[in-house]
Amino acid sequence: MESLTNRSKMVSNKKMTFLEKLYLPAIFGGMLITIRHLFQKRNTIKYPEEQRVFAPVYRGQHVLKRDEQGRENCTACGLCAVACPAEAITMIAAEREKGEEHLYREEKYAEKYEINMLRCIFCGLCEEACPKEAIFLTDRIVPTDLQRGEFIYGKDKLVEDVNDRVDISLRQLTGKRKEK
Amino acid sequence: MNTEMFFEKLILVVVLFSVSLLIAMYSTYLERKVAAWLQDRVGPDRAGPFGILQPMADGAKMFFKEDFIPINSDKWLFILAPGIAMFTALITGSVIPWGHNIVAFGRDISLQVADINIGILFILGFVSIGVYGIMIGGWASNNKYSLFAAIRASSQMISYELAMGIAVITVVLMSGSLSLRDIVDAQHGMSWFVFKQPLAFLIFFVCALAECNRAPFDLAECESELIGGYHTEYGSMKLGFFLFAEYINIFISAAVISALFLGGYNFPGMDAFTGNTLALLGIGAFFAKIFLVIFIFMWIRWTLPRFRYDQLMHLGWKKLIPIALINLLITAVVIAFSEGWFN
Repeated sequence: MESLTNRSKMVSNKKMTFLEKLYLPAIFGGMLITIRHLFQKRNTIKYPEEQRVFAPVYRGQHVLKRDEQGRENCTACGLCAVACPAEAITMIAAEREKGEEHLYREEKYAEKYEINMLRCIFCGLCEEACPKEAIFLTDRIVPTDLQRGEFIYGKDKLVEDVNDRVDISLRQLTGKRKEK
Repeated sequence: MNTEMFFEKLILVVVLFSVSLLIAMYSTYLERKVAAWLQDRVGPDRAGPFGILQPMADGAKMFFKEDFIPINSDKWLFILAPGIAMFTALITGSVIPWGHNIVAFGRDISLQVADINIGILFILGFVSIGVYGIMIGGWASNNKYSLFAAIRASSQMISYELAMGIAVITVVLMSGSLSLRDIVDAQHGMSWFVFKQPLAFLIFFVCALAECNRAPFDLAECESELIGGYHTEYGSMKLGFFLFAEYINIFISAAVISALFLGGYNFPGMDAFTGNTLALLGIGAFFAKIFLVIFIFMWIRWTLPRFRYDQLMHLGWKKLIPIALINLLITAVVIAFSEGWFN
């Protein structure tokens, strides 16, 4: 019968030859293959003495950036929360008071901003969605913890320190044309 | 038996017991390391330098777990089963000659705990009783899957004992005695039985793999990964005993293979040494052979997929026994011919 596509495999029902029935030649051949691996290089990376090489576009922990004057960029517009496929971001907005002009850029700011790191899949869609260049993913690895509650990162862990800015140039400048 | 002999044997037994346990313990470590190297990875290397203390960590883990007995199980049989497994594994080491006699403290110390004249038969007998350990373990667990797996494991072990026994008969024919000391002494220098009886060596090796429940015959073990297996309902020390008894069995099987076929404590060029040097070198040679055989056991485990139950039975009954019998026939005819029976 003709086959309709050329994807079917022909099954061989040949009886085993005498040498094949012995099993021994095949066993010795297999053992030879295995013993060669004994003398090859091992592929294990011994963490934490050695670390594996990350790609330049590696997406790690988030950071909420401030502008040059030290004011938070984030205006709690909620686009990142809507864009997040894992529904990891939640926020509560608030209005900027009279004496807080140096803290926040616009009148609306995020009073509470939480990312649940256990839900987050590090896709970067929040970074793509943000209109204010507020949230970025850095190459820092999220550390381990013993309690589930500790993984809900609030503004204290996400907003960068005024004096100690987080460097995002590794990810942001990868693949971009060099500036003339 | 006077007190000196008593103490000599007592010390020998204690040393042998400790050495067996130590080698079995480090066999578990070596198994993991060899498995890793054959799979392009590094085994345990965090507990102590190069992971040397890993067996201690495993032992401590087993010790600290809860030692329970299931409610509906047969309590005394449940406790007895790992005991039988461990007992039969350890006692077979008492008839193996570990080297020539040592002269120390003004006495001629034999390095064999009991030089009985039916040595190899003693070992075969206790290996058969070892099957009870598995059967009782499976039955006493009051668990359908345990029982089923235990029946399969014990039927495997019984089937391969026959071919093993026949392979042993060929060796006995060649050496003329069942005593292990005489068998080893008949392989002086380099005239080992593996060169004269390669087929019997192969059959005995395969049967030893099956007796130890090692891959590719590890039905009993794999069932414990899949559904149950005779040690499902066991925890902590009892499980530790079962697993440990398996590694001691491997060590003793390797020792028996080395004694029967690889010349035991004989090595080429041994006529140049005498006395204690000869004995020590012989012990070294013996252990080198044992470790080589253990390495080959592990090598085979990580190369081959396991046999299906019917393939296993087919191999044991329909292939190995006829081959072993034919080998025995040929050996017997050749020996009879060389001793002039046909003249």
